Amino acid sequence: MSLKKTFLPLINPLSKDNPVIVQVLGICSALAVTAKMEPAIVMTISVTAVLAFANVIISLLRKTIPNSIRIIVQLLVVAALVVIVDQVLKAYNYEVSKALSVFIGLIITNCIIMGRLEAFALNNRPWPSFLDGIGNGLGYGIILIIVSFFRELFGSGTLMGYQIFPQWWYDAGYMNNGMMILPPMALIVVACIIWVHRIKNKDLQE
Amino acid sequence: MENLNLFIRSIFIDNMIFAYFLGMCSFLAVSKNVKTAFGLGVAVTFVLIVALPITWCINEYILQPGALSWLGEEYASADLSFLGLIMFIAVIAALVQMLEMVIEKYSPSLYNSLGIFLPLIAVNCAILGAVLFMQQREFSNAWTATVYGAGSGIGWLLAITCLAAIRERLSYSQVPKPLRGIGITFIITGLMGIAFMSFLGIKL
Repeated sequence: MSLKKTFLPLINPLSKDNPVIVQVLGICSALAVTAKMEPAIVMTISVTAVLAFANVIISLLRKTIPNSIRIIVQLLVVAALVVIVDQVLKAYNYEVSKALSVFIGLIITNCIIMGRLEAFALNNRPWPSFLDGIGNGLGYGIILIIVSFFRELFGSGTLMGYQIFPQWWYDAGYMNNGMMILPPMALIVVACIIWVHRIKNKDLQE
Repeated sequence: MENLNLFIRSIFIDNMIFAYFLGMCSFLAVSKNVKTAFGLGVAVTFVLIVALPITWCINEYILQPGALSWLGEEYASADLSFLGLIMFIAVIAALVQMLEMVIEKYSPSLYNSLGIFLPLIAVNCAILGAVLFMQQREFSNAWTATVYGAGSGIGWLLAITCLAAIRERLSYSQVPKPLRGIGITFIITGLMGIAFMSFLGIKL
């Protein structure tokens, strides 16, 4: 039982307390980077890393930060971590870094990060905060990957850049749905995920 | 003429919400009634109008490669562009703090209705997003940057006010239970986005 309790911050955000579809945080980037799977996966890894380490750092500092300036302190810690991620990406994966353009910088203002720092890291010890960071990062990632899976499959007929639908489908008259590439469809895909998720979890319904 | 063009473009075609999905969190959370939504929209517009020229100057005279050459020969090769994110967010956070104090002094009722979302303007992606787009597009002077800020802000204001008005009406309709609340709001935003796409291709 105690083992389960230790890992609660890691497991809860995956479904019951998912940052995107239940807490409604971090929508901006979740929608904008999901036209293809590869940027979505890179984004997941970046956000998880920033979130986990920001949680640990703020949790270590939680007794020394004066309440009145805590938002600025949090922003600076997050900004420093994001700069590191940005530089690493530029060095090792320049194409994806170009594809994500401003959205790496926008991790700073990703509401998931501020939300978790405020709600969890300020009141908990470093180890649970670290698990909470990883859990929320992955919970965010699951939604990103599901959305980008559907958008890439139906929008371009590929997954991770590999052709999925065979050529004879196209010869027989199948066409890629150009609508799926466009941003508004991301919102509707997320709405469908919320719909399915709330049918399964009746206690979340309003 | 070019500035007017940019202004109209940034309101309708490059709308922060419907074209880039920036500022979604507060957009979804504060759009329950029109009055509060309008107040937040005005605050965001104000921060954008002030923040863009300031960050434009910082970018032009401090951060760009070679921007420090006004300090002297030996600084001409300095490239501080990696400090961009930290400088921008610090400027925005400071501005929001000032705005918070001003609103608290002159309009306590708006201050109370905005509540937690006033300090959270600092982490509104629309503002940092506009600053980063400004940096990416390399505007030629601070005035153009201000016009871009004003346009983006008004576009955001328009979007949040429309959504709030629709949501007020929506409370009278029969929505399937699991979709109520946030689900239907997502779908409406998506449909509004599709509607806004009809502005695409307008040449001014």
